[in-house]
Amino acid sequence: MNIAEIPSLTAVIPEIVLALGSMGLLMLGVFGGDRSTGTVSWLAVALLAVVSWLVSSVTPMERLDAFSGMFRIDGFAGFMKQLALLGSALAVIMSMSFNDREGIARFEYPVLFLFATLGMMMMVSANDLIALYVGLELQSLSLYVVAAFRRDSIKSTEAGLKYFVLGALSSGLLLYGASLIYGFSGSTGFDDLAGALGGDGKAPPIGVVVGMVFVMAALAFKVSAAPFHMWTPDVYEGAPTPVTAFFAVAPKIAAVALLVRVMTGPFGPLLGEWQQVVVVISIASMLIGAFAAIWQTNIKRLMAYSSIGHIGYALVGLAAGGEVGVRGVLVYMAIYLFMNVGTFAVILSMRRRGQMVEGISDLAGLGQTDPRLAAALAIFMFSMAGIPPLAGFFGKLYVFMAAIDAGLVALAVIGVLSSVVSAFYYIRIVKVMYFDDPGPVFDRPLDPATSIILIGTGLFVLLFFVVPAPLIAGADAAAKSLFGG
Amino acid sequence: MMNIGLSHYLTVAAILFTIGIFGVFLNRKNVIVILMSVELMLLAVNINLVAFSAFLHDLVGQVFAMFVLTVAAAEAAIGLAILVVYFRNRGSIAVEDINLMKG
Repeated sequence: MNIAEIPSLTAVIPEIVLALGSMGLLMLGVFGGDRSTGTVSWLAVALLAVVSWLVSSVTPMERLDAFSGMFRIDGFAGFMKQLALLGSALAVIMSMSFNDREGIARFEYPVLFLFATLGMMMMVSANDLIALYVGLELQSLSLYVVAAFRRDSIKSTEAGLKYFVLGALSSGLLLYGASLIYGFSGSTGFDDLAGALGGDGKAPPIGVVVGMVFVMAALAFKVSAAPFHMWTPDVYEGAPTPVTAFFAVAPKIAAVALLVRVMTGPFGPLLGEWQQVVVVISIASMLIGAFAAIWQTNIKRLMAYSSIGHIGYALVGLAAGGEVGVRGVLVYMAIYLFMNVGTFAVILSMRRRGQMVEGISDLAGLGQTDPRLAAALAIFMFSMAGIPPLAGFFGKLYVFMAAIDAGLVALAVIGVLSSVVSAFYYIRIVKVMYFDDPGPVFDRPLDPATSIILIGTGLFVLLFFVVPAPLIAGADAAAKSLFGG
Repeated sequence: MMNIGLSHYLTVAAILFTIGIFGVFLNRKNVIVILMSVELMLLAVNINLVAFSAFLHDLVGQVFAMFVLTVAAAEAAIGLAILVVYFRNRGSIAVEDINLMKG
């Protein structure tokens, strides 16, 4: 019998290929030593591309469960997996020349990225509390190590240590919540939970509600939503820049996917209980993202607060609930990926006489010294501020529309106001680039691969409004598959 | 003679879990203590899971506990490794010395 005919295995072929492939690359690296780093990195990118193709070919139109319902693939999982794979592949490509120049090029680096990506794919497809936990930990454990990857730097190791301690704490909260949910509902499967909690109209057991709050707090940690955002600025600042670029996209996307699946799936019947909590978390994140970023002088810290704010906007869509809200979240996260990868491609080029510089003031006069780079960064900043007709505007448009449809007008108004405040610091960067006196020139900026990424993401953000249909339609189908059937 | 029921196990687990959380936040001395507190939290969860599993007559909880044990071991290994690297750079693992970046 052909092994691919076993239904459970067909559904997880992308994950199996990624797991075996990363272990193969690990062996290649171990036997080849550090000379093989470049080979391992490019093979890792190729592996991610193959897995992406496999995901698109095994993802069914309707949902498909594997391993007795612990693992689910549907359009939603397919969409989010593609985004996570794209984010990881771009981060690996952008890391290569940076690591070479900084002397931290080791073969473990792309392999750890691959394991983290495998964890993300399991998170996105998890349909059981155990699968959720294992996927989340596989991702987190790999991320702790890459945060501390520059092991002779006190900043990088401090970032790794802080991330580890707070991440372990949030895993503890998640588990405690999961144990309460299991105990008071008698099941860990998402479908069984949804069945046990909904339907008969009586109030859910109090233990389950308490457990759900624990799980929500832990997932808010992972997406770095306020008030659980404290680790984000320190980790973003301390970690090597391409690692920060990775942290800002792929794990966020996977964690948001997990949050959406948990909230709409097993806890869908408890919408009344969690909607207020998500609204509060969302407002707090938007306000902290808007106000705390104003005083930042380090561009990586600024990006950290900016990402907290962006998560707040994405959660507006989740708070709205339903298909329209989830579609808003998906569109927002897809556009967020392109904006962030592009911005970090610019940050990676901020280097003078072989040293990385990270101050916002170091961008002074970039409009004269390197007009193309300045134009690219200006596009990303205007897009993040949500100025039409750039892509970021459409991301915000869809989540705010969903919020108004759901009757959360106050939330949408606060969102618009905080995006006005955050426009201040985005546009300040543009002002520093074009109106301040030029500083010393940056080194010959970028390697070809990163330049191509920069141009690609820039064009996407700039021209999204011309053909928005493919992305919107894809997000629409993905959101439908989450609720349908 | 008092019967030991589910609520007794849950109370012990809740107390241990709370001690673990306080250990993470209140301790100002040493990062090793934080690692131990995290372990305490995970073990409290395991008591919860096994107690529920026994009282529900359902094996899933014990399977879950096995997964938690395994992952906790990996987590402790990675945490100690990061701590060793940090100590080499900083020469100290006191919590108040982890302050290069203000968050």
